[in-house]
Amino acid sequence: MKTFTYEKATSAEAAVADTAATTRFIAGGTNLLDLMKLQVETPEKLVDISRLPLAEIEDMDDGGLRIGALVPNSDLAADSRVIERYEVLSRALLAGASGQLRNKATTGGNLLQRTRCYYFYDTSTPCNKRERGTGCSAIGGFNRILAVLGTSDQCIATHPSDMAVAMRALDATIVTLKHDGDKRRLSIHDFYRLPGDTPDIETVLEPGELITHVELPAPPQGARQLYSKVRDRASYAFALVSVAGVVAVEDGKIASAALAFGGLGPMPWRDAAVEAALVGKVPSDDGFAAAADALLKGAQGFGSNDFKIPLARRTLIACLRDLTGE
Amino acid sequence: MTEQMMDAPYRPHGLTNGEQGVLGQPLPRIEGAAKVTGQATYAYEGTPAGIAYAGIVGAPRGSGTIERIDASAAEALPGVIAVIHGDPRMPAGEANSRAMPSFASDTVFHYGQPVAIVVAENQAVAREAAALVVVEMTPGQDRFDPRAEPIDTAPKIGFLPPIAKGDLDAALAEAAVVFDQTYTTPIHFPAAMEPHASTAWWEDDKLIVRSSNQVIGAARGTIAQALGIDKDKVRVLAPYVGGGFGGKTGVGPEVILAAIAAEKIGRPVKVALPRRQTAYLVHHRSDTVQHIKIGCDENGIISAFAHLSVAAQHDDGEFLEPVPFGTLPLYRGAVRHFKTDLVRVDLPATGAVRAPGEAVGTFAVECAMDELAEQLGLDPIELRKRNEPDTDPLSGKPFSTRRMIDCYDDGATRFGWNPQPPASVREGEWLIGTGMAAALRGNFTVNAEAIVRLEADGRAIVETDMTDIGTGTYTILAQTVAEMLGLPIADVEVRIGDTDLPPSAGSGGSFGAGSACSAAVLACEDILTELARRINASPDELRLKDGCVRVAGRETALADLVRGEPIVARAKSGPGAESKRTSQASHGAQFCEVAVNAVTGEVRVRRMIGVYDVGRVLNRKTAANQLIGGMVWGIAYALSEDGIVDTRTGHFVNPDFGEYHVAVNADVPQIEVHFIEEVDTSANPAGAKGVGELGISGAGAAVANAIYNATGVRVRDFPVTLDKLLAGLPPV
Repeated sequence: MKTFTYEKATSAEAAVADTAATTRFIAGGTNLLDLMKLQVETPEKLVDISRLPLAEIEDMDDGGLRIGALVPNSDLAADSRVIERYEVLSRALLAGASGQLRNKATTGGNLLQRTRCYYFYDTSTPCNKRERGTGCSAIGGFNRILAVLGTSDQCIATHPSDMAVAMRALDATIVTLKHDGDKRRLSIHDFYRLPGDTPDIETVLEPGELITHVELPAPPQGARQLYSKVRDRASYAFALVSVAGVVAVEDGKIASAALAFGGLGPMPWRDAAVEAALVGKVPSDDGFAAAADALLKGAQGFGSNDFKIPLARRTLIACLRDLTGE
Repeated sequence: MTEQMMDAPYRPHGLTNGEQGVLGQPLPRIEGAAKVTGQATYAYEGTPAGIAYAGIVGAPRGSGTIERIDASAAEALPGVIAVIHGDPRMPAGEANSRAMPSFASDTVFHYGQPVAIVVAENQAVAREAAALVVVEMTPGQDRFDPRAEPIDTAPKIGFLPPIAKGDLDAALAEAAVVFDQTYTTPIHFPAAMEPHASTAWWEDDKLIVRSSNQVIGAARGTIAQALGIDKDKVRVLAPYVGGGFGGKTGVGPEVILAAIAAEKIGRPVKVALPRRQTAYLVHHRSDTVQHIKIGCDENGIISAFAHLSVAAQHDDGEFLEPVPFGTLPLYRGAVRHFKTDLVRVDLPATGAVRAPGEAVGTFAVECAMDELAEQLGLDPIELRKRNEPDTDPLSGKPFSTRRMIDCYDDGATRFGWNPQPPASVREGEWLIGTGMAAALRGNFTVNAEAIVRLEADGRAIVETDMTDIGTGTYTILAQTVAEMLGLPIADVEVRIGDTDLPPSAGSGGSFGAGSACSAAVLACEDILTELARRINASPDELRLKDGCVRVAGRETALADLVRGEPIVARAKSGPGAESKRTSQASHGAQFCEVAVNAVTGEVRVRRMIGVYDVGRVLNRKTAANQLIGGMVWGIAYALSEDGIVDTRTGHFVNPDFGEYHVAVNADVPQIEVHFIEEVDTSANPAGAKGVGELGISGAGAAVANAIYNATGVRVRDFPVTLDKLLAGLPPV
């Protein structure tokens, strides 16, 4: 680990003062500290935001929920409003990490987890995400847990979060405080960036910009919610494929569908074509197959992750049956 | 010192006459409170004054020679004390250090091989500086894919010579039924929770090392050789060890590096391997390719059995995975062929990990028996029973004790063994299946010494250089002495983990408990003889309980008999003619029920039962703990453990607990362990056979057989991950 300076932020405004590329916020530290020990991340300065007053969960007037960026994953998963109205989120949170990690990990930090790509962690191998322009070791290497959608010839990393997948299905808004004091409200759909030629840039956040809250709109009435995670062991493993589903059936037809996917892409994945294949239709295996076709149309395996394509198809179809069945 | 080798079956008086009733009891670990309250200090804990911290620099390429090492950037980092390289005593490729590296020290055998050590004022600086050392190499052969390298069919390494009894081809040609399949297993890391760690300091010309090590007596000799000093000038301390799993049987390079660094800077030095570095500096279990050929008649009676394998090692390594070790005496068959071929690779050393041989060998053999049973239309237990040998099928020797049939029967009853046709039981989204396998682990008694002191206050102290790697050594030694001398368990103090104590076999090969407790038994017998002499009785007449000796209705407190001076006895136990006359092994039967998700192929083990024949059970709790632990490893190697090499670079892809998947709590169901207890008087004075490695034997095969029964998909390439099942699952 490289030596660094450490500073406790006294306010959110003070926290965003430093825009240096070598400064990092730290809250739970469940990902950052591991990366620092391996020197994947080598910040010169840590700004500790863990004591800022951003750990509340509040009801909003429109029936939604405002979640402070410092709310621990455990607290969010156990919140009665989350369990009642956003079951998919509670289930996604509990599908991630371990009890100890969830106690420390925060809402904002979870959104900003770095990839678990094997080569990102091995600092002696090329990795465009770690160091732009060095190459991608995962292409042509071992890539069991890596992406089949949204990849580029520079990077095939996956985003590891479960929580963010549920939030993408719930149309979350990410509220930030920028260096200049302005607040921004970013749809989660616009928050993450595809790797393209710059896989090291993962979100639209600007230097110094701090996530302060995540807002969830009121959930659709009568919708069934589900989070299904397929992984290599029963707990404490990242998703090979996960599905967050919020689907409402009215009068025998699918009235609304929000489906987001983990383990498949460089960001929590959502594809309007999948939902378009379903909405307005009578639930049927043919319709579910069409939705899976839409999802996996451009899917590309890289060898050891080829199985994710049939696995995603099977998992999505089974989830849609659960979401629309009697 | 009394020396008693196992030249004849042991006729114990002390343990048989023991009235304390403490031996075998499921007592909690006597050091447990110290561990859970942080009082137990491990190798990296405890900080001698003036401590410095070391970071180890690994070779940047997987093969070749070192041309130049530039340490200037590391040396310039504030807090760095020294960067040491080029010392001829530094360990080379072999994970377990030895005196004379067989190659020049600039030869690199694998990526990450230690080439320099950085000493600094704190751990973070030591590791940061280690990353700044620039090592220039010329490339070597880069043989990183074991499956792509030529096979040496007559390797000069390994301790298990090839066996070829009878004409295999002829026997198979004559057999009514022939089975022939190939199985593969991946690399396994030992994966001890406590990483390799050492604290070393010199007191004048004497080296003292606190180290996380399974066998400190041997370690002492190895360290002395490697450093070129006298054995008497080395003391190794390992009072607590956070798991070994084979990885700590030898002397890791970090021990030698810490000693060299401590000498160089004149201060104590400590070093702990970061998790990812353990994959390179600690040996792993080789991947294997295993070919099973069986010839039998229509009734399943085996006439020929062959277990032919390939395992990997690098050019400096001398270990070769003894794949068929557990197969040798397992089933009938006059024609028997066993051998393991070698591929040389430029990868970290392979070595003894969790039941070397059996753990992976039983996967192939016990899956093969399952497949053969189906081919013959026989229940897999019936096939095994029909092939249960009366004497060792290889040597013809009588078994000392062999309760395999009882293990099958008791296990089948407890489990409710009633196998259904493959892929025929479904509960909602889950396919349900059951499977079983035999377990066998050869039993060994090795030399061990112990001193037992009966103190003036009537309490006893037992001393031996055994280690407790989480297995219960402290507790079973206390129980043995308490039973022998008739003392409450609290009145026995156990001193282990220090090479100043009498030499033992250490913890490895499942022989530690039986061997060390036998030495303690013999020492206690000498004390009983002395006590008997003092009260004019014969030792057989003594009845001892709660600190009192009773002879013919007369009761005397032990403290009164000791009369001031402690009674001290030192004894040695070891193998002898009886060990050679008999064939000895621990046995067991594993039963497993799994549920396989019909959509995703995810496997959940629902329940496991193991029934074991391990001779005398010294402590039913710690023995069961070890067996349960073995079964959990079995779940992990059946389902998820898979050390992946990037064949382009020789790096491990997943050298950490994030992506090297051992079983977590949620993977482990209720596990039951039962014993068929028969004291083995041919084994050793304690009557105990090996426990530690038996639980893993066959465990993975039972899981794999249950997966086949659930799905109808036979996976012969471990681990059985969901991607290998997907194509054979019902359509969604």
